[in-house]
Amino acid sequence: MTDKFISIEGIARRYPGAGGGTTTVFENLWLSMARGEFGCVIGHSGCGKTTVLNILAGLDEPSEGAVIVDGQAIEGTSLDRAVIFQSHALLPWRTVLGNVAYAVSSKWRKWDRAKVKAHAQKFIDLVGLTGSEHKRPSELSGGMKQRVGIARALSITPKIMLMDEPFSALDALTRGTLQDEVRRICLETGQTAFMITHDVDEAIYLADKIFLMTNGPGAVLAEIVENPLPKDRGRIDLHRHPYYYALRNHIIDFLVSRSKSFAAITTDHDPRNVPTLRPGLPELAIASDAELPTQTSWPGLSRPSTSS
Amino acid sequence: MNSLRLRAAIVSIVLFAAFIGVWHLATRSTGPAVNMSPEYAKLMGLTATQGKSAMPGPLDVGAKLWEHLRRPFYDNGPNDKGLGIQLAYSIGRVGLGYLIAVSVAIPLGFLIGMSPLISRALDPFIQVLKPISPLAWMPLALYTIKDSSISAIFVIFICSVWPMLLNTAFGVAGVRKEWINVARTLEVGTVRRAFTVILPAAAPTILTGMRISIGIAWLVIVAAEMLVGGTGIGYFVWNEWNNLSITNVIIAILMIGIVGMLLDQILARFTRMVTFPE
Repeated sequence: MTDKFISIEGIARRYPGAGGGTTTVFENLWLSMARGEFGCVIGHSGCGKTTVLNILAGLDEPSEGAVIVDGQAIEGTSLDRAVIFQSHALLPWRTVLGNVAYAVSSKWRKWDRAKVKAHAQKFIDLVGLTGSEHKRPSELSGGMKQRVGIARALSITPKIMLMDEPFSALDALTRGTLQDEVRRICLETGQTAFMITHDVDEAIYLADKIFLMTNGPGAVLAEIVENPLPKDRGRIDLHRHPYYYALRNHIIDFLVSRSKSFAAITTDHDPRNVPTLRPGLPELAIASDAELPTQTSWPGLSRPSTSS
Repeated sequence: MNSLRLRAAIVSIVLFAAFIGVWHLATRSTGPAVNMSPEYAKLMGLTATQGKSAMPGPLDVGAKLWEHLRRPFYDNGPNDKGLGIQLAYSIGRVGLGYLIAVSVAIPLGFLIGMSPLISRALDPFIQVLKPISPLAWMPLALYTIKDSSISAIFVIFICSVWPMLLNTAFGVAGVRKEWINVARTLEVGTVRRAFTVILPAAAPTILTGMRISIGIAWLVIVAAEMLVGGTGIGYFVWNEWNNLSITNVIIAILMIGIVGMLLDQILARFTRMVTFPE
């Protein structure tokens, strides 16, 4: 398979539980993404989303399995994989420029000051913070802080951007603007991105692939939803697209009911071969639980599905 | 805000004036106490003849203080040196002992803060050594070092090392995980991480420890110099007590307070410099 830029292969994460036992957050998790794709993971709290992201980042280690990025098994953290933290995690004693320059000079150790500064400035401009370079994080609003976080992540030109609910602490308006920015940047630069979110609309707007995870402990990747909306979708008319509600309803149905009952209903779930869906026309899309595995592709949509 | 400052200053001045007034009234002469021949009275001094208190009044202290301030650095031999010289000796000892303590406590505190193993291994020693009064080390220091001046510096070292050590370890261990994670995702090496993330993040806590330490060091130097003798403001206090010059004792007390305040203010300024708003 050539399209596996990121390949998570059978990872598990276990913690020592109370009374000497172990708690399995998830196990036998397989997931892959192609270069330039935007993937979103949706699931309830405690399903191990953040753990998956931390393993991808190298901040955490899987108890079993491996993660392969660009043909190489990852070991620890890497400048190839940038993380945008939920809490923005800016260094408060550094200015905006200082925070971005810190990342730049970590990647290119031999660069002189002027070169680091110019490079950092480019990414500060990219996220629209021109003029605020010399402010400290405490002087910035939540949205601006997260912009700095995005600039810092992008400045090291990573192969993958990893985002852990980056906009969840922001108000709705700021969140919308930042989603636009992230989408624009990812499209322009062909950035591969992996994002965790709780927000269904965010996932629909940003993601090419949406990974649905069941509830933990013992969470599994239940299905992969391919976004049927056109690549040039806009925030304003997103909800007018004929497939929008099918997609949205499908995800919400999953979160409301099937994320709990999935394990009980689906006995033949193969974690190596997770069904891929492309929710289509509204009247056909709201499928019942029993029909789902057979729901494959819709006429007029070319992508084949791998569901069994 | 400004008017609050002004009002506070006025209250401070009023309190000070009241204190000086009460002091003056309590120690003033009350007139001839007993009839005695002028020649005998000359021998007896004002305490007996005028009913004046043995405690010097504010005017006496003020006059003597002015005398000291005019000539702070005179040196008339071992038992008669200017106040400036005595204070310089004390500040020098505190400075030296304190700097040695800084150079030991901060690296060691880093180690304790970063390594749970070292932290646990050293904890019992720190717990036992920390509550020991620094002056209790004095005989041991005199016996092993055989030099009273260096012993005083050692005592300053041992008393100022603990707050710095514990605060450094606490500050380093408490650096936010997310900042460490930022450094990790940027593949920043251990040494660079220590200097670019952990040190600035822990600096306010470390400086707080250093501020506590300088306060303790200045408290201890007076007692240490009373013991070792020779020079220093502590020795000056004890010497003037032996001379029964209460005026000089009061002046020395005042000077100890002022220098202590200045040392604290310097460290407070450093603390403000490294404190970052979140």
